[in-house]
Amino acid sequence: MADDILKGRAWRLDHDISTDVLSPGAYAVDPVEVRKLHVLESVVPEFASEVKPGDMIVAGRNFGCGSSRETAAENLRALGVTCIVAESLSRLFMRNAIAVGLPALVCRDAHAAFTQGDEIQAHPGEGRIINVSSGLEFEADPLPEEMCRILAAGGILAMLKGQGVV
Amino acid sequence: MNLAERILARAAGRNQVAAGEFVMAEVDLALLHDIFAAQVFDLLREVGVDRVSDPDRTVVVIDHLVPAPSTAAAELHQKIREHVERLGIGAFYDAGRGICHQLLPEQGHIRPGELVVGTDSHTTTYGALGAGGTGIGTSDMVYALATGRLWFRVPETIRFEMTGQLMSGVSWKDVILHLAGRFGSDGAQYRAMEFAGPAVAGADMSSRLTVSNMALEMGAKFGLFAADEVTDAYLRDHGGAGTEPFQPDPDATYEAVHEITLSDLEPQVALPHEVDRVSPVVEVEGITINQAFIGSCTNGRIEDLRAAAEVLAGKHIADGVRLLVAPASQAVLGEALETGVAASLVEAGASILAPGCGPCFGGHGGLLAPGERCIGTHNRNFIGRMGSAQAEIYLASPATVAAAALTGQITDPRHLEAPDGR
Repeated sequence: MADDILKGRAWRLDHDISTDVLSPGAYAVDPVEVRKLHVLESVVPEFASEVKPGDMIVAGRNFGCGSSRETAAENLRALGVTCIVAESLSRLFMRNAIAVGLPALVCRDAHAAFTQGDEIQAHPGEGRIINVSSGLEFEADPLPEEMCRILAAGGILAMLKGQGVV
Repeated sequence: MNLAERILARAAGRNQVAAGEFVMAEVDLALLHDIFAAQVFDLLREVGVDRVSDPDRTVVVIDHLVPAPSTAAAELHQKIREHVERLGIGAFYDAGRGICHQLLPEQGHIRPGELVVGTDSHTTTYGALGAGGTGIGTSDMVYALATGRLWFRVPETIRFEMTGQLMSGVSWKDVILHLAGRFGSDGAQYRAMEFAGPAVAGADMSSRLTVSNMALEMGAKFGLFAADEVTDAYLRDHGGAGTEPFQPDPDATYEAVHEITLSDLEPQVALPHEVDRVSPVVEVEGITINQAFIGSCTNGRIEDLRAAAEVLAGKHIADGVRLLVAPASQAVLGEALETGVAASLVEAGASILAPGCGPCFGGHGGLLAPGERCIGTHNRNFIGRMGSAQAEIYLASPATVAAAALTGQITDPRHLEAPDGR
């Protein structure tokens, strides 16, 4: 998965998008089919109904701050989001995104250069982000080898199944 | 090595590790709470491992949905109890015993230098005892329980050298809110925070737990205090052996060292909707509130309830204000009853809730309507966290929250100390 070239449409989100808006506490133990309907509802109410498979997120600083809830990443994946690009990522969100097989890249310059709905191409393995609409290209921090291996396996659980576990 | 490096080197079975390296580390203790425990145990079965690698080093706490606010929550708890029984989990705290981050230190599960993972972001709390506590998601927890190990990046460390003495009416909650405001909610992203300096020696364990708990709100992986006499005394008081000092090496290296003087710090408040939107309380006095909340893993200990009771004793909260108090554990509640703290709070108009997490994470018990304002001692004020997205949450110390409950508006607790006792 880390080697794929992803193409889609960018959702431009603000700074400090928290796990409370990505996966509201009130639906914490509901199934993913319910949880995904409430993603970002308090800040971008149309997101869950308008997001399409293949879309990506281009966010500001500290994306995914807050809770350890993996559902924040899982909900986005369930809605078809294929990649997160942010000025900075919360440690827990990044770890969880990789764990569920969703590439999450830190790219300092992309956020300012995208507008809502721009066409985007992402190369997670190479750490390259392209704003197809403007033609501008950006470099993201390369993902460490450990994370690439987890992404390539399709996430931690898939990796555990593949290993037959120790 | 600094504290984070010492912890991860030990866990990885290495003599030396350095910031930036990836290590495979042995996990000393794994914590699961009721939001994720059943799912993790189900997944463990799904990946073909229907056991946990070390049941005696696995702790399960039912604390978030307590008492069960719905049939679904009750069923979830029922499933957890079955899993706990079947897997032979060593330590299980059922609904009502308290909040995980209170129970683990209080019941003697946390040791300096150990590596603790939990399915909760505020697992950083255990850094107060010199333990490397950090949050992980459910997939990582499945991996940790299946194998006993987990990968970690050795974080860079930022050291905070604290000097001076806190003024009366100012607490360590104000200190950590001040740090969040000054360095930002991502000021320690991917990093360990190490709290040191002469002022730290004077901080009791309750205060240290508050600081380490909120280190996470600055993005930290660990929020660490060296283990000293305070740690040793706390461990002995909580059913365990004492501890040798656990300190960074004298030649430890840091990404940055910040000197923080506490002497002129005033009571602080985080304004909606970001933990790093922090202001001295005096600058926002007069904002009216509907609800005041004292509790959570940040500030639900006996010291916190006592600080609130000292402000409220013999007085009554303002009309139109709801004061909710959730002791962090049954032991805390017991002590509050024995010492008269609970009576002071109730006589002042407080509702005492069952020990648990409900109001803090917006699960149940104390949710807010559109346009309402709550000031609380908890750790997050994100939009929509306590119910309506049109509600506002302010974060402050127990004394400041109690002062607001008394006057119905945000109030510097030092301004209540007038001789006529307003």
